[in-house]
Amino acid sequence: MTGDTYSKLLPEPTPDSMPYWKSLNEGKLLLQECARCWRIRHYPRPVCDACHSFETRWVEASGKGAIHSWTITHHPFHDGYRLDLPYTLVTVDLEEGVRMLARLHAPVDTRLEIGMPVRLVFEKATPGLTLPGFALAAPTSDVSAPNPGER
Amino acid sequence: MALKERVAISGVGETAYSRNSGKSVLALQLEASLKAIEDAGLSPRDIDGIIPYSNSVVVAEDFVTNFGIEDLRFSATTPLGGASCVAGIQAALLAINAGLCNHVLLPIGRNGSSSGRIGTRVQQMPQFKVVGEFEMPTGAIAPAQLYAAMARRHMELYGTTSHQLGEIAVSTRHNAILNGNAMMTKPITIEDHQNSRMISDPLRLLDCSLESDGGAAIVVSAAERTKDLRQIPILVMGVAEGHPDSPSSITQRPDMTRLGIAKASPKVFAMAGVAPREIQVAEIYDCFTYVVLCQLEDIGFCKKGEGGPFVESGAIRLGGKLPINTHGGLLSQAHMVGMNHVVELVRQLRGSAGKAQVSGAELGLVSGYGDMGDGSIAIMRRG
Repeated sequence: MTGDTYSKLLPEPTPDSMPYWKSLNEGKLLLQECARCWRIRHYPRPVCDACHSFETRWVEASGKGAIHSWTITHHPFHDGYRLDLPYTLVTVDLEEGVRMLARLHAPVDTRLEIGMPVRLVFEKATPGLTLPGFALAAPTSDVSAPNPGER
Repeated sequence: MALKERVAISGVGETAYSRNSGKSVLALQLEASLKAIEDAGLSPRDIDGIIPYSNSVVVAEDFVTNFGIEDLRFSATTPLGGASCVAGIQAALLAINAGLCNHVLLPIGRNGSSSGRIGTRVQQMPQFKVVGEFEMPTGAIAPAQLYAAMARRHMELYGTTSHQLGEIAVSTRHNAILNGNAMMTKPITIEDHQNSRMISDPLRLLDCSLESDGGAAIVVSAAERTKDLRQIPILVMGVAEGHPDSPSSITQRPDMTRLGIAKASPKVFAMAGVAPREIQVAEIYDCFTYVVLCQLEDIGFCKKGEGGPFVESGAIRLGGKLPINTHGGLLSQAHMVGMNHVVELVRQLRGSAGKAQVSGAELGLVSGYGDMGDGSIAIMRRG
């Protein structure tokens, strides 16, 4: 699919979020870390909600996380997503202590559970846009995979 | 408390609810407003404060123009989505108690069915901009999907079931049929709920509210000014709004099963000086069945995690210990952003709720919910 025919919703990055979107295009997930109190925050925003500093640095996330919740969408809320139905949206606790909501790349009849380990994948949507996604981590093949569990 | 019972709901009005009104949104709001003003026994020119719905194209100036109001002394909006109407009562209370005005009109009206899908309008709303940038592109387009993740979390943590959500849909439909001005007039069973198509798991079609055309309005008056009016004043004993943690992103909310109303509820019961067990009838904002269940817990009608067994016990039915949504709610009467809930509570407490009247109801509660978790709540009694 080319950018010209892409019919899904496009993000409108702001100066606050541009490094996040740029990093996804480069195959990385960057998160904001407060340069004063070191709190990691997400989604991208201008000020640290702990110490109110604007000073921010961007740190690379491990891409490892665990399922916090999910939904399987059957209804076409937008024409651009109709061909994807049904699809799973998963809320993930990242190892870094923040969450993301993104597509889970697994069969929709997969039995999901809170705490199930997942790993970040990258979806090339258009030449200029990469979306984050998740895949189930193979728990037996990687004994060092963390299980952050419940917060 | 200084603000307790300083204002009353003096008048209520509704248009017919339908899928295609054939009228402008402004005409719908004016019609509902004139009914509410007439119900109160006031003249349109007596209105000296207006709180329009913040997501509407209709503004306070429209009422000045159409009603010939000479000195509008107060106008404001309370942008809390579906919690706006009850939060507006709090704003009216503050303005009236400060001496700014005496009779505040709260109008709402929409062509929510005939003018386009609610799901697509959400993308343009500033309160959804975080979701719009970071979640909608991945396919999380509509509130049903965002709230489904809250419901799934609740189910996994507490064992809540789809059948239990279905009980809310079924009892609400039962009440709508008694109402006489409800869009849905056919009874449904739990089986119908279970067989309704999946929208975004675990939410089925019958877990979702309607898209409606119509208007509803109330007049909030200084309690001391209601003595010569037409109706029994319904006194506002307490009112509060509450905003959830991480209000702009459910995903980042520390406890996804705790809504903003959990913060407002202790305040409103303290202000009113009553306890949850004393409430005789409650109109609970019901954009989705799960949102009702979660509010019942967050308000304190049952403990966190016990909403499923609570509704399954029949408690929320007419004749149960806490009848709710006696008009049919957003699920089965009409989606009037919860103003219809306020209208119904007032009718219940006046004793004029018709076939759905809760006998002897003198003390009741109404809630609002919107914009991914904002909450509002009021406790009222017959004056």
